[in-house]
Parts: sequence; C-alpha cells; structure tokens
Amino acid sequence: MIETFELSKTFDDFKAVENVTLSVKSGEVLAMLGPNGAGKTTTVRMMTSILPPTHGWAKLAGFDVVKQPEQVRSHVGVLTEQHGHYERMKGLEYLDFFGELYHISKPVRRQRAKDLMERFGLEDAINRRVGDYSKGMKQKLALVRAMLHNPPVLLLDEPTSAMDPQSAKQVRDAIIELQRDERTFMITTHNLNEAELLADKIAIIRHGRIIASGSFDELARQFVGETIMELRLQGAVNGLEKDLAEWVKIESTGENWLRYQVPSPQETNPVLIKKLVEMGVNVVALLPVTQTLEDIYLQVVKEDESQQSKKES
Amino acid sequence: MASLSTTPAIQQDIAEEGVSTRRGWQETFSNALIITRREVRDSFRDWRIIAPILILTFFFPFLAQAIASQFAQFLRGYGAEIIGERTIPFLLMIVGFFPISISLVIALETFVGEKERRSLEPLLSTPLSNTELYIGKTLSAMIPPLIASFGGMLVYLVTLLSGELQWRPASMLIIQIFLLTLVQALVMVTGAVVVSSQTTSTRAANLLASFIIIPMTLLINAESVIMFLAPDATSPNGIGALWAIIVGMVIVTVLLLRMGNSIFNREELLGRMIDQVNIWGILRKIGRYIVATDDKGTPATNLITWYRYAVPYSLAKVKIPIIITVGVFVVAFVFGYVVGISPDWRITLPPAENFGATGDLFSSFLGSEAQSEAFGLILWQNVRVLLLALFLAIFSFGIAAYIVVPSVFIILGYLLAQVILNNYPVALFFGAVIPHGVVEIPAIILATATIFRMGSIITRPPKGNALGHAWLMAMGDTIKIGVGVILPMLAIASLLEVTLTPAVVAQVLSSF
Repeated sequence: MIETFELSKTFDDFKAVENVTLSVKSGEVLAMLGPNGAGKTTTVRMMTSILPPTHGWAKLAGFDVVKQPEQVRSHVGVLTEQHGHYERMKGLEYLDFFGELYHISKPVRRQRAKDLMERFGLEDAINRRVGDYSKGMKQKLALVRAMLHNPPVLLLDEPTSAMDPQSAKQVRDAIIELQRDERTFMITTHNLNEAELLADKIAIIRHGRIIASGSFDELARQFVGETIMELRLQGAVNGLEKDLAEWVKIESTGENWLRYQVPSPQETNPVLIKKLVEMGVNVVALLPVTQTLEDIYLQVVKEDESQQSKKES
Repeated sequence: MASLSTTPAIQQDIAEEGVSTRRGWQETFSNALIITRREVRDSFRDWRIIAPILILTFFFPFLAQAIASQFAQFLRGYGAEIIGERTIPFLLMIVGFFPISISLVIALETFVGEKERRSLEPLLSTPLSNTELYIGKTLSAMIPPLIASFGGMLVYLVTLLSGELQWRPASMLIIQIFLLTLVQALVMVTGAVVVSSQTTSTRAANLLASFIIIPMTLLINAESVIMFLAPDATSPNGIGALWAIIVGMVIVTVLLLRMGNSIFNREELLGRMIDQVNIWGILRKIGRYIVATDDKGTPATNLITWYRYAVPYSLAKVKIPIIITVGVFVVAFVFGYVVGISPDWRITLPPAENFGATGDLFSSFLGSEAQSEAFGLILWQNVRVLLLALFLAIFSFGIAAYIVVPSVFIILGYLLAQVILNNYPVALFFGAVIPHGVVEIPAIILATATIFRMGSIITRPPKGNALGHAWLMAMGDTIKIGVGVILPMLAIASLLEVTLTPAVVAQVLSSF
C-alpha cells in the first residue's frame, strides 16, 4: 500500500530527504519518528505528490506519485502538519467543499461529514464557524477532512498533538478501527507512547535519512539488546550475582534486587528459579524490565550521533 | 456510533469520477468552479471586500456624475464645453477601474494570504490539478470586482444618459471602455498570481504589486489622453489606438496566464518559505551555470573543455529560438522591401554617375586612422543594441528582442528596394552587406534567439525547475553564449566591416 524506494528530495544544495525506502502493507501502521526538521513533512509531501522527488520513487495505493498524482491524491487522506482551515466557513460547509473536490455526490458527502463529525464529538459544531472552534476541534475537523473520502491510505502528521486525552483516545480508537478494516497508515509523531501503542512498524528518520526501521521488537533487540529481567528478593543480594553470572549477564544490582540480561527468558528463567529455590533464596518477584520506545529512540539517535561524529572526525 | 469505513457510496463516487487524469476542458472548468464558488462566497463574507465594492458600485458613480455636471457647468461658463464632454469617457473608465483595482487585493489575498494562513496545503492534497487550482483562483479574484465594476459603470451610464448631461456617446467607445476594464482586470489578476506565487507574505506581495499598479496607472493616463483627443468613433486613429491597447493587453494577459500556469505548481507554492535576498548565492549560481557542461552542473575544467562541452550544451537550448528568429528576420526583411517599393515610401537617389568618386572615398578610408576607430565604434554599436534588447526583453517576456533587432532587417529590406528602384547595381548592396554579414548576421541571429529565450523563460520554466532557478540558468547560458560566441563573432564581423567590406565596395563601385 505504501512503497518507497530511495526516495530523495534536494532543495538546491540541501538534502532534505535521502534514500528513504519503506514498505507498509495493507492494514499496517507505520510510525515515523524523528526530531523537528528531520524530513518527515517533506517525505509526506512527496508521498502526496505535492513535491516531486529528486530521486527514487514512491507508490501509494498502487499509484506512482510522479506519474499518477491525481490518483494518488484521490486515494490518500492527509492530515497536514499545519491544518489551516477556512475560518469563515461553517464546519459542515467546509467538509462539503472538500467532499465536492473528491467528487462525492452531495447527499453522500453530507451524510458522511455529519457521521464523522458525530463520531469525533463535533456534532454540536456542525453549523458553527470554524474560526470559533478550539485548537483540538480544528485538529479533529482536519482529521475528518482526511477521512472524508474513505481513503485506503492515510498519512497523518501529528494526529493528536493538540488534543485533550479523551479526544486523543477517540482518534487512536478510530485509527485502530480503520486499521482492522485494512486501511494503511503512516503517522509522524513525537508522541512515542502513541507510536508504541499504534504502530506495527517504526521508522526513525534523522537528517533526512532512515537510521532505523522495523517492528518494536526488532528495534528493541537491535538497539537495546536482550530482555532485561528484574529479580526482587526478600533479603539482601549478598553476592548472589556472582553465583548467577554463570547463567545470565548481570546488568546492575541494588540492596535487595538485581537485573540481568537474558537472550531467551522462556528457557533460562525456569532453570534460574529452580536454582534459586535450591539455594534457599526467597524470591519476591521476577519481572521483565519494560523497554520503552523512548529507550530505543534515544539509543538509535545516540548511535547515529556517534557515527556522524566519527565520520566528521 | 457511525462507521468509519463502510461507505460503498463514496467508493463508488470516487471510482466513477474522481480518478481520471486525462481531463477534458469541461471537467477542468467544472473542478475550477468548485474553488471559485467557495472563494467568491468567502469574499462576499469579508466586510473589507464587500464594503468598498458596494460603495464603489452604488455611491461612486453618483459622485462622479455630480462632479462631471459641475465640471461641465463650470467649463460652459468659459465656452469650453468640449473639455467637459471629453472628460466624461475618462470618468466612466475610472468608475470601472476603481472596483477592479480591488481584484488585485483579492488576488494577492487569495494566493499568498492562503499560504500565510497555512490553508493551502490541504487544498493541494486534493485531486485537483495545478491548472484547475490556478483557473479557479484566478476567476474567484476577478468575478466580484468585475461585477462591481460593470455594475458601477452601468449605474454611471444610466445617470449620464438620463441625467442633466444627456450624454450620447458612440456605442463603439462604450464597448471599448468595457473591454478595457475587462482586460485591465485580467492583466492585474494574472500579474498578481505571478507576484503572489513568488512571495511568502502579503506584505511582500503588496510591495511587489507596485510593479503592476504603476504600469497600469501609466496605461490609464495614456488611455485618458487618447479618449480626450479622440473621444468617438469618428476619430479612426484614436479608436485604433484604443484597440491596439486592448490587443496588447490581451497578449500580455496570455503571456501572464502562460507564466502563471507554469509557475503555479505545488512545489513553487509550498517550497518557497523565505524571501531572503542572497546576492552572493545568486552570483555563485550564475557562475556555476556559466561553466556547466550538462544538466547536472558538471563544471568545465579549462577553456578548451568549456568551448568543447559547456558552450555547445547552452547552444543546444536555443535551437528553437534560432528557428523563430530566422523566421522573424526574413519577415522583417520582406516587410522592409515591401514598404520600400510602395510609392509613398520610395526615395529618389542621385544618379549612379558619381560612383567613381565614392569608390575613391572608400579606398582612402582603408589604412586611415578612421578605420581603426570605426572598428571600436561598430563593435560598440552592435553590442549596445543587443544589450538594450536584452534589458527590454527581460521586462517584456522576450518580445522586445523581436522589436529592437529586426528593425535592422526592415531597414536592409527597404534599402535593397531603393537600390533596385533607382537602378543601382544590386552587387553594390550585397557587396556592402555580405563580406561582414557572413559573420555578423549569424551572430545577430544567435544573440536575438538567446535574448528571446532569456526574456521568455519566465513564461514557461523548463519542467522541474523553479522560476528563479530557471531564470538564473538562462542568465548563465546568455552570458556564456554572449561572451564565448557572440562577442568574438561580432569582433570578427567589425574587423571585416572596416577592412574587407570597404575594399569590396570600392571594387564594386570602380567597376561601373
């Protein structure tokens, strides 16, 4: 559904996006993460045929972004970074205008707009001027606009950035529902929790290049290493780490706890627990230490930074 | 709760209508009108637009009529009724012009304002083509002011026809004033589109709009003088002059439309984020294009590779302009000849018996001090004419290239006609032209073609190039061809003109 190969964009001498290769299947959500100015918006603009690539190609919903721009835009819903609205128009009128641009017949687009506004809690604002909407409402309206023509591919730039927690949940639920219905998403976001929650695939972009991509587990394995387990004891550790070092790699210890890395918890942990029982150690809890996307992201960026500084030096 | 995805009706609608790429004019226009309808509706909601339109439509015509009556009455007291009468058409045009000046404001607001409010990107993400967006927005900037303009003019006309003045104008003049108003609106809006697509803020666009307002004001001054001197259909020159202005403005509109349609693209609109002037950056870019040997900008490393690769690379870009130029020069020459043979323009030259003395004059020129001075003067004359043509072409979409330079060929055609009609030997004409013309004429053709390309590049930048980028590239090519080819050719031609040509002419003259 979304395929890019070495997608690149250069403005004069500045390489905004360089060799971005992605593949997102139908029903998958790709979260593109990266600092401001990393090239996320330029990538989205190339994917919506707004900016022509300098090199490489991209296909969305089977259409080439250079050769079939109108088809691409017909089959893609976009929530732009800055979702400027026509503030003098009323909510329904605004959506009606965009529905007409997508050639949806009047009764269908009116009904669709009303349904979506209701779904996102905007039913009371249908006949209010968009200029009077709150920031979150405007963002929801922009999202409704992106979904109006029921596109198979949705590119959402910061979909929940201006929303309250309840509204953000509404949006996440909508994405999950549409994902189940085989819609394909690319979300760019700074909200790592949200990305972790929604994404099947993650791509981290920095200085226009994809510096890491894959599923959460793949990235975790690649950048944060093996699973970390935390063992909590009733008493003090008292040199237990030396006894366990034979089976696992001890990462850190505290007064009554220790953490170790293990390549395969399913195999190692039962053996370890048996050994601890034999040793008469009273175990309070054995839990995996949660690795967050934030850990992965920071590690990826750190590694890229050190690679860059090596290259420069 | 409403479903987000089960909407077969929408999919069917899109499948039926939304994805066609080869759109006929009817569909393009229909899509453009969606934009126009929204924009016009939006304009009529803005009191800053609607208030002046209403005032200028319904109040200003009465004010103009009152002033016209007072003015006519005052002049009647001095027996100068004709001045009052002849000012009326001008006032009619002004009543129409004030509302259409708002079109400029709307056009600037519609494009750059939308860019500023960041509402353009969602629109650019829809399936509309660039042309549809461009047409839709251009129409939306024109319709409200034109309604106000024609409305105001009609109100004023009614007051003139039925009021105290009992004005009875020639119908052709009224048609011309309405057409002038229409083409003025077209020029201003199409010009504003170009201005707004190249700027990032309304402030910058308003400043640049003076490039539209000032020439328009001068044009209206000229029109008012014509109307004052030739206010009715019985003055053929005056009427002809107004038609010429209308035709000229239609040509400018077509060029601006072409230019606007070329540069009104998504990258140009969204890619431009700052208006910063970077003189060194510009000069560096031009420098890079001067030494470029291919589209990638590979630089020539020395003079030999520059002549071998960089110059032919730029010469290849002026192939079509060269063909056009040759055509224009042939037409100019034939036109000069045709004018020359018409009895009204024919001149009687002295009989050919003094040829011997003239031949001696040419012979004495050879080897004299004047010969070396003439070399510099001839070269400078050619260069300055071409520089003037280049300067004017930059501000006239290249048209000036075909006004300034071909005049020489009109004169040549005219001279040939006189030579033939006065029974002078034709060899004299060719002897005076061919020896240096063999080099000079190709140089002038190449120069004119290059100048035309330089001026016209903004009307259609090469695909994938932004307007500024294309202009700088054309400037690099122009300098490259100018310095590398044209200047050396003109120097050789000047040398031939002061050495070989006088000798050939002296030889031809002495043989008679």
